[in-house]
Amino acid sequence: MQKKNDWRAWLYLAPVIILLAVFIFYPLISTIAIAFTKDYNYTAQSGSGFTFDNFATIFETTYVDDGSGNLTAVYSDVVKYAIPNTLIIVFVTVPVSIILALLISVGLNSIKFLKKIFQTIFFMPYVTNAIAVGMVFSVIFMGGSNGDGLWNTIFQTTGYTWVDQGAPASRAMLALCVYSVWHALPFKILIFLSGLQNIDKQYYDAAMIDSAGKMKIFSSITVPLLSPQILYIMITSFIGSFKEYTSVVGLFGRAGTLSGYNNMYTIVYYIYDTISLRQVQYGCAAAVMLFVVILIFTAIQFAVSSKRVYY
Amino acid sequence: MNIFKKIGSSFEKLDKKLSTQPTNVKASYENVETDNLKLVIREGTISIDKMEKIQKVMKVISLIIIYGFLALMAIVVILPFYWMIITSLKTNDEIRATTQTFWPMVVMWSNYANALNKTVFDFPTYLINTLIVGIISTLGTLITTIFAAFAFARLNFKGKDILFMILLATMMIPGEMMVITNYITVANFGWLNDGSLSQLWPSVDGQWFSGARLGAYLAMIVPFWVSVLYIYLLRQNFKQIPNELYLASKVDGKSDWNFLWKVMVPLSSPTLISIFILKLMGAWNSYVWPNLVADDPDFRLITNGLRNAFSVDGNVQYGYQMAATVVVTVPLLLLFIFFRKYIMKGVGRAGIKG
Repeated sequence: MQKKNDWRAWLYLAPVIILLAVFIFYPLISTIAIAFTKDYNYTAQSGSGFTFDNFATIFETTYVDDGSGNLTAVYSDVVKYAIPNTLIIVFVTVPVSIILALLISVGLNSIKFLKKIFQTIFFMPYVTNAIAVGMVFSVIFMGGSNGDGLWNTIFQTTGYTWVDQGAPASRAMLALCVYSVWHALPFKILIFLSGLQNIDKQYYDAAMIDSAGKMKIFSSITVPLLSPQILYIMITSFIGSFKEYTSVVGLFGRAGTLSGYNNMYTIVYYIYDTISLRQVQYGCAAAVMLFVVILIFTAIQFAVSSKRVYY
Repeated sequence: MNIFKKIGSSFEKLDKKLSTQPTNVKASYENVETDNLKLVIREGTISIDKMEKIQKVMKVISLIIIYGFLALMAIVVILPFYWMIITSLKTNDEIRATTQTFWPMVVMWSNYANALNKTVFDFPTYLINTLIVGIISTLGTLITTIFAAFAFARLNFKGKDILFMILLATMMIPGEMMVITNYITVANFGWLNDGSLSQLWPSVDGQWFSGARLGAYLAMIVPFWVSVLYIYLLRQNFKQIPNELYLASKVDGKSDWNFLWKVMVPLSSPTLISIFILKLMGAWNSYVWPNLVADDPDFRLITNGLRNAFSVDGNVQYGYQMAATVVVTVPLLLLFIFFRKYIMKGVGRAGIKG
């Protein structure tokens, strides 16, 4: 039986294996190779030996003499914009969206009336086009010479610019985070809700008999029993936020709110820019770094949670 | 507690209430008379009737808080959709006013006509491109997924478990690791605008088909003919189909091929429909890769067309822009309304794999 099926199985698998080899495994090796190639030439697709220079260039700080002998440090766009922006997105949007999604799911799980309608509404952002809705948010956050958008009208911040030309990076970042959280909620709610529905009602009955308070029930029953879903959501959303790109394009349409500055750069935005600039060796180096960072983060989360995830 | 049961069946009800209030219950008898027995139960200084009332009030309050919170969040979620629709119907002056109105003063249906003008946002072209790319890449994915899932679920071969683990491991790799080299690969295949395919069939004025168009489609389709996640999902589904069916079809002299298409595929149709819809939605929403490989406006997909037609500069006609956004969003919402079950199940199952 085993022998007989052998070659047939490989025939069934052939399309997948060929496609994976060409579009996943080969690129994986090739990207790492290019990242360590010295003087990589895009047109010739070759370089001259091994180097760490590509990584150094990404982080390079140059010193410019301002005329009077004082040296001013000029940081690369990656150090100055891409890394801080990406970290802000990761450490703001992930916790905020997880907590909001958790509260919404627990709320949804405890009601019966209107539950289906609420569930449908909360899932709607998932079936939208990230670019299209990003453009809607940029109209909502409109300000300055364009007139005031919905945000400025609601919060009485007349004249503030958020995403338009000339908006300061901090405000642009707030708009980006609001949009990212909005877009990230539905998937998390869906996963949490299906996890909540699988929790055995007995636990809650037992808690009732012990007359445990609502907060106690939440922290001692709901969260521990939901821990596999929380871990899964944490890992996927950390990875997702590290790769933020389309939301920036949707919201701003370019890499910055000030002309000439890439102040809304993210790491992935930088990687894509290197392709059009034909400097793929830097993009490859940045991609390798991103991969390593994501791996480390995932490993840490697994290690931390191995003690805290039940089952 | 047994004392109460002895007093009489009329107290059984009270007894039940007591058992849900187990802490520090003191019972005291007042006016003990044989025909007019009155029982007052206290916890501290609050009698049980009061406690019940408090509990009821607390329940109502917590329900109000829950519904209030959910309603508030629902409004936040819906608001951008509402804003998109009403902005698409406003005049540009109204959109750029200093105070926003929640209903358009003049309903501008003409925004839609103007937005869909070929020179602004070439909707028919983008729609055709998106449908061609979406449907062909979806069908291709379904075929490779069915084959691979069948092999992993039903056939025995050496290295099966290792290969499956390797496949799952690829899901951990961020797509950005592949994108640059894939771009170079596609360029080497001659699929880009100035590649060998476009020289093989040079574009002729007035003719739809050209080598460059074929190349752009291939570049947008072929790399997405494989999805490890969907292989995983379908394999789980195939595994649930009882082995007896497989053995029975063997007894009947049916081949594996026949069994796959006559039994397994029809039985897994809900999962296949989920995959089909999610993949089609993916094509409708894809931006990054098509933006790289299809730089000719004629080959753009809908999302690229949308952002490029209204990229931000001085004087944007926001009404047109939002009208185009509505046109891009509505098909997705319609798909969601009609296939809600399949979409939510598919997304949910993709999530719960840990």
